[in-house]
Formats: sequence, C-alpha cells, structure tokens
Amino acid sequence: MTVALASTVANDAAPGLALQIRGVSHAFDTKTGPLQVLDDVTFSVEAGEFVALLGPSGCGKSTLLRLISGLDAPRAGKLGADGVRIIGPDPSRLLVFQDPTLYPWRSVRQNLAVGLETRGVARQQAHRVDEVLKLVGLEAFADALPHELSGGMAQRAALGRVLVNDPRLLLLDEPLGKLDSLTRMTLQGELLKIWQTSRFTSLLVTHDVEEALLLAQRIIVFSDRPARIVCELEVPLSYPRHRDDPTLVALRREILVSLGHGHDL
Amino acid sequence: MSGLEATHPAGQGATSPVATRRAAASPIWRGGLGAASVWISAAALTVLWPDLTPWARTSLLATVQAVLGLVLAVLAVAAPGSRRLARIKPLAPWFAALPVILTVWQVLTAKTGLLPLPFFPPPQSILEVYTDDSGRLVESIVHSMLLLLPGYLLGGLAGFGVGVSVGWSRAISYWAHPILRFVGPLPATAWLPVAFFFFPGTRSASTFLIALSTAFPVAVLTASGIGSVSAGFYDIARTLGASKRFLITKVAIPAALPHVFVGLFMGLGASFAVLIVAEMMGVKAGLGWYLQWAQGWAAYANLYGALIIMALLFSGLISLLFAVRDKALAWQKGMVRW
Repeated sequence: MTVALASTVANDAAPGLALQIRGVSHAFDTKTGPLQVLDDVTFSVEAGEFVALLGPSGCGKSTLLRLISGLDAPRAGKLGADGVRIIGPDPSRLLVFQDPTLYPWRSVRQNLAVGLETRGVARQQAHRVDEVLKLVGLEAFADALPHELSGGMAQRAALGRVLVNDPRLLLLDEPLGKLDSLTRMTLQGELLKIWQTSRFTSLLVTHDVEEALLLAQRIIVFSDRPARIVCELEVPLSYPRHRDDPTLVALRREILVSLGHGHDL
Repeated sequence: MSGLEATHPAGQGATSPVATRRAAASPIWRGGLGAASVWISAAALTVLWPDLTPWARTSLLATVQAVLGLVLAVLAVAAPGSRRLARIKPLAPWFAALPVILTVWQVLTAKTGLLPLPFFPPPQSILEVYTDDSGRLVESIVHSMLLLLPGYLLGGLAGFGVGVSVGWSRAISYWAHPILRFVGPLPATAWLPVAFFFFPGTRSASTFLIALSTAFPVAVLTASGIGSVSAGFYDIARTLGASKRFLITKVAIPAALPHVFVGLFMGLGASFAVLIVAEMMGVKAGLGWYLQWAQGWAAYANLYGALIIMALLFSGLISLLFAVRDKALAWQKGMVRW
C-alpha cells in the first residue's frame, strides 16, 4: 500500500486500470439476420499490463475494444474496469483507431486539446498539450492542419490526443495497421517507450503476429468470426526485444499453428 | 523524433528558380503592354470611324478606352514585378479580348448599323445610360440590396437552424423532413400571389419569399451534411467525454460546414430570382422594377445597362460568399473543392 502510494506520487501518472471481461458475446443485426461477432469471451488484464489481442482481420476484436471503451453495450456478459461495471465511455479508457480520425478543421494542437475541452479544463491544463506534443515528436507541427501531416505524424497526433488525458487504459485498434513498415517500426518503439514510462494498461488489437510479439507481455489469440479465445501465451522477454530472438521465433510458430497456418507455403 | 516520415507542410508551392530568373530578366509585362495597345487602337477606331448617326457619348467611350489602355501600359512598364499585378497577369488575354469584343459590337451597331436599333444599342448608348440615368440606377441598386440582404440572411439563418435540427434529431427529422420534401420543391416565386395577400406590404412579403427561397437549399444541405458526418468523429469525442452540446457545436457543425456553404451558394442564386420577380410583380423599386420600366419605354440601352449592373452585382455577391467560404474552410485547402 505504502509502495503503491509512493509510486503514484513519484510518477504523477495515473496507474493502470485492471480489466475484467466475463462471458461477453456480441452480434450485429444484418439484413440476413444477426451476425455473431464475439462468442463467450472471458479474460482479465492486470493493471499496467500490455496485452495483445491477435486474430484474423474482421474477426471481432475491434468490436471487443468498442465494448471496453463503452461506446457500445454487449448483447451478453459483463465488462468491468477495476471491478466497476462499464456502462459508457469514460476518459480513463481511451481508443486509438486505425484511422487517425483527426478533426480536419482543427490544428494539431487543437486536436490534442479536445479532451481537455470536453472536460472543461482546457485553460488550466494547456501545458499538458505542449508536454504531449513533445512526447509524440510533433512540437514543430503544433499549428499544422491534419491534411498537412504524413500518415505516421497523423497517427502520432491521434495517440497524443489520447495521452493528453492521462488514460489509465489505452485501447489500440490496429493503430499502426495502415503505416509503411519503417514508420511502423519507429512508432512501435515509441509506443513501447511511452507505455514503459506512463504505466497505463495497454490493450492492442492486431493481426500482425510480429507486432504482438514485440510489444505485448501476453498475447490472447482469437479465432475467426465469431471471435473465440483460442489460446493465451506469455511472452517471457524483457524489452527491447529483437525480432530474431529464438524465443520469439518459437512463439511465432506456436501462434501460427494455433491460427491454422502451421505449414509453410 | 525520428523524422523518417516528416515532410514539411511549407515545402509546396515555392517558385522554381528558373521561373524566378525568367521573370527578373523581363523588365516589362508584355501581355499588359499588348492589351494596352489593343485598348488604344479600339479608342482610335472609335474616334476615327464616324458613327452612322452621331451618338452623344462616342468621344467619352473613346476616352474611357484610351484611359484604360494607358493605365495598363503604365502598370506594364512601371510595376511589372509587383505582387498584386502578379495576380492579374494571367488575365492579359482577357484584357486584350474585351476591347476587341467592344469594337466588334460597336462596328456592328454604331458604325455600320448591321444590327438594327432599337434592339441592339451600341456601347456608347449604354455609357450614356450610366452617365445620364445614374441617379435612378443607384437608387435601384440600393433598393434591391436592402430587400435582398435581410431576406437572404434571415433565410440562411433559419435554414441553418432547421437543417441542424433535422440532421441531428430523429424526431424532428421524422416530422420536418417530409414537409421539406413536399413543400421545398415549390419555387418561392409560386408563393408570390399568396404572400402578397397575406403580408401587410409587398416589401415584407418579398423579404419572406427571399428568405424562403434561401432557407430551403440551406436546410436540405445542412441536414445532409450533418447526416454524413463520419461516425468516427463522434466516437472520438464521446470517448473523450463530450457532451451533446459539444457533439453538435464542435463536431457536427464544423464537419457539415462544407455542405452548408453549398446550400448558401444555391440559396443565393435562388434569392436573386425571387428578388427580381418580386420587384417586377409588386415592389415598385429596385433593379427588377428598373428592367420592367425600361422595357415599358422600349429603352433597350437602359435594359442592357441594368443587366450588366445586375451581372456585376450578383457575381460580386457570389465572389463575396466564396471569399467567406475560403476563410471559414481554410482547413480544407488541398482537399476537394467545388
């Protein structure tokens, strides 16, 4: 208890949020009837943990993130944050989408300040915007408009817009999915660094096995739609990790087998 | 940070060194000088070729043409490098074409009479309208603007309000949308007889109709603009704790603004039509009334003169709207334009 308090004071950052997912199922209504996307999903995430949700594209992982963010409510099951049932969006649980979805009429700085404005603290906490601009490396582009940014910079701004609010849980919905491989590698490193210093809980949805292995402490593998948990793996390696590490190569093989891609082409 | 994908936004649009050197090497604006010579030739022709029957303002026309030519020549020689001039330089072919058109017109009318009077007055007779009937014309312009602008602003505001409500609220849309779809396509001018009957005066009736004609396109386009806002924009704001008010004023409306301006543009066009018809039918003042008055006297020069003023006025208002739009939608630069 004393240790936890001391670290809170020292870091000045909100500690991570623990997550409880219990028997969650979800479906969408389509013209041809209900489309099941999540099937009885149960798992937990500890405070400050970095967990990857891995599975084929379109399997329903993103839906799960929307449920955790509180944007949608599940058809069945319960979702809890620190033991409290999730019933709606909350600035402590924030999403980063695959598309940056920056407001094109706002400059980078104004985009980062959106969360402060909605909470009515834009004036008092303006310094947070400057801090985060520096953190995501966009100081020089603070007054640029979104259409002037490259894909990587736009995604950094989107990440910054979330970080300004000191989230306790970061929901990353394939945030690097549309970037070129070099930018992607750079941003993976930066994301990891930010997570290591801020210690929020991270939940990363991805279909990239390597990305999951490089970033996450634990990987939950999902089946094709409707998404069901296939297996869970710990990644027992410290950071920074190397792509060619034999442990990672072995884990990669194990994951591919579990996804039905065990044979070489 | 990494700088891997950094592309500086200010990197575009710089003039190439080659272009700069060429501009510096040429001390005069050749296009402007060429256009100046055409204007001065046109002036000479106006004076030297006698009119079929003498017109009072032939020498004034020649003076105006010569002065315009001289101004162009001075600009071309004295300030060829100025920034303002750079903006109009591409117009040199038009500056040269205008005196040619004027001359052809003059030759066909005043000089040879190939096009018959009174239907085809020469340019000097239109100049005469501007010098001799300026009082009535200015009064008409003022009247038209005093009728158009309040109606347009009122209609724009009302249409915007209706559009936002219909676009945002499902309940309002349920009731208002069918009414809009049913009543909206009626041209506002069709309401004219009814409006003149219901309103205390022709002026208030016309203001109402101008507002109506503006409000319809603004409402429909604002509603569709708000309806087509990307769901991701709302999701982001909602996760960040946005209130309904924030979602409407800070997300939906800015995102719909490009549509709103299309509606304002269409509404402006519609309001011109209503203005002129209203002035012809009921309001005994303004440019529409002037047109009818001129027609009644078979004063075709006055008719064309008023039409030219109207064209200048209305295209000026549209340019003004575009300027406001460009300012409000500066963030769209580089995106799709209309």
